[in-house]
Amino acid sequence: MKRIKFFLLLALVIFLFSLPAFSGKYILYITIHILILSVFALGFNLLLGYTGLLSFGQAGFFAMGAYACAKILLILPSLLLGTMTGMIAGALAAFLLGFLCVRHTRIYFSMLTLSFGMMIYSLAWKWREVTGGDDGLVGIPRAPLEIPGVLSINMNPMGNYYYYVLVISLVAIYLLYRLIHSPFGLTLKGIRESESRVAYAGISVRHYRLLSFTIAGLYAGLAGSFLPPLENTVTPPIAHWTHSAEPVMVTLLGGIHTFSGPIVGSIVFYIIKDIIVRYTQYWLIWFGAIIVFLVLVFRGGIVIFLIERIWSFMNRR
Amino acid sequence: MSILLRTEKLKKYFGLVSAADHIDLEIEEGVLTSIIGPNGAGKTTLINLLTGNIFPDSGKVFFKEEEITDLPIHERVKKGICRSFQIMNIFPKLTVFENVLIPIFALMNKSLNFYKLIDDHLDAKQKAEHLLNEIGLIDKKNLTAGILSHGDQRLLEIGLAMAPEPELLFLDEPTAGMNPVERIKVLENIRKLSKEKRSTFVIIEHDMDIVFSLSDRIVVLHRGQIIADGTPEDIKKNEEVKKVYLGEEIFWQKR
Repeated sequence: MKRIKFFLLLALVIFLFSLPAFSGKYILYITIHILILSVFALGFNLLLGYTGLLSFGQAGFFAMGAYACAKILLILPSLLLGTMTGMIAGALAAFLLGFLCVRHTRIYFSMLTLSFGMMIYSLAWKWREVTGGDDGLVGIPRAPLEIPGVLSINMNPMGNYYYYVLVISLVAIYLLYRLIHSPFGLTLKGIRESESRVAYAGISVRHYRLLSFTIAGLYAGLAGSFLPPLENTVTPPIAHWTHSAEPVMVTLLGGIHTFSGPIVGSIVFYIIKDIIVRYTQYWLIWFGAIIVFLVLVFRGGIVIFLIERIWSFMNRR
Repeated sequence: MSILLRTEKLKKYFGLVSAADHIDLEIEEGVLTSIIGPNGAGKTTLINLLTGNIFPDSGKVFFKEEEITDLPIHERVKKGICRSFQIMNIFPKLTVFENVLIPIFALMNKSLNFYKLIDDHLDAKQKAEHLLNEIGLIDKKNLTAGILSHGDQRLLEIGLAMAPEPELLFLDEPTAGMNPVERIKVLENIRKLSKEKRSTFVIIEHDMDIVFSLSDRIVVLHRGQIIADGTPEDIKKNEEVKKVYLGEEIFWQKR
């Protein structure tokens, strides 16, 4: 099982790296979006699946990352600096707001994150001097990847930017995988299961929640920072709570108690969306219906379903 | 012997009900103390007050002559106070092994380690195996805690309370719902650890056989007040205690 898992993973990584060789711009564009959503949702699932906190404000941190990155690129065209600033902006916002949010749990926590997320939305909407208001920020360059004296790569070809997003995403995913399987990850799972028991292990539950919230914000900020160089614009809707619902949906779809759940969910999300949009302009109705259907059929998520049903079925034969 | 924990006029009311009414209590190091009393006497409330689960209306708590009245739970644990719960409080979806690893990582100050995989923490794993051996759950270490039998879950509950290696350990009805075999296993464990002076135990228990055979000292609570305090012999003779336990006289006539 472990071996097969390793080879499947290796095959997937090789596939992802060779993708630009045989596919057009559009496929790369969609794949970048899948990577962005995966990173976004993985961070979110650190909160939901591992710490037991349902946040409805992640789009706020995503937007912080996107706007911060856009601002940097408009002033100073350095891609790496933009990405890093986006990450830090997301984490910083999550740390400050998390300080107020993690005092509560369950629905109270969700409502607090929802309202703080919407505060960031209205900030993006109203603070015209900085965010460009409803026009958003436009004309953001896809700056070259530059480390002075070492390398300089032109990011204008979609393939190059795809590699940039792919490498950083894979590193981020790997680090999160390590985190989940470390003592810190185990402690977070403990908080999900029984808060008071963890407190009686000598751990400050509130600090750990805040840390988890900050890391989720960092991942949201990172995901957000990939967006402006891709689309060349940033607009307020990315901070709206409906955008916060995306990681919730894909995580539920893929499965909250599996590490790969959010990734699988993101892939399925974009495939379904891409197919339906070709047939009808009322795609949201169909999309919603399909998602509800899938969540009901694949109890516990697609990944759990595949492992428990299909895998055991194949082993029996 | 030195005094480990001391309270000064500890008071806690829930509405008009007094759960702790000016309690002055001293707990000495190495003396196995039992707290008994009828239902609703305030036994669990007292533990909650001493371990930081709830805060008193007034009064003070000292641990080794240092005031801890306002300290949160996790800081009291770091100072050396821990507890088990009357109502099961384990991590049901994690394995038994992972259950005990959480407090052990905390004890070793490794909970914040976010890169090294759990599997590579050999010292912590060794410690966890040792603890599981001690409480007799080593054979079941890879089972999910939630599917264990009630008795095994109680054992795990006690194991989790022991894992932070506290100097003072409160056990809230440790043997509730156990079968006699498991009960003896738990009691032997407590007796052994108490003898080795690794922890000072304070036990809440309903089973009078256990209380009288195990304790060095018994404290009787009634309506939030201490009505008797002494050796098992003193308590047996105490008239007021008999009155409080009226209706449960079977307990007392057996002896």
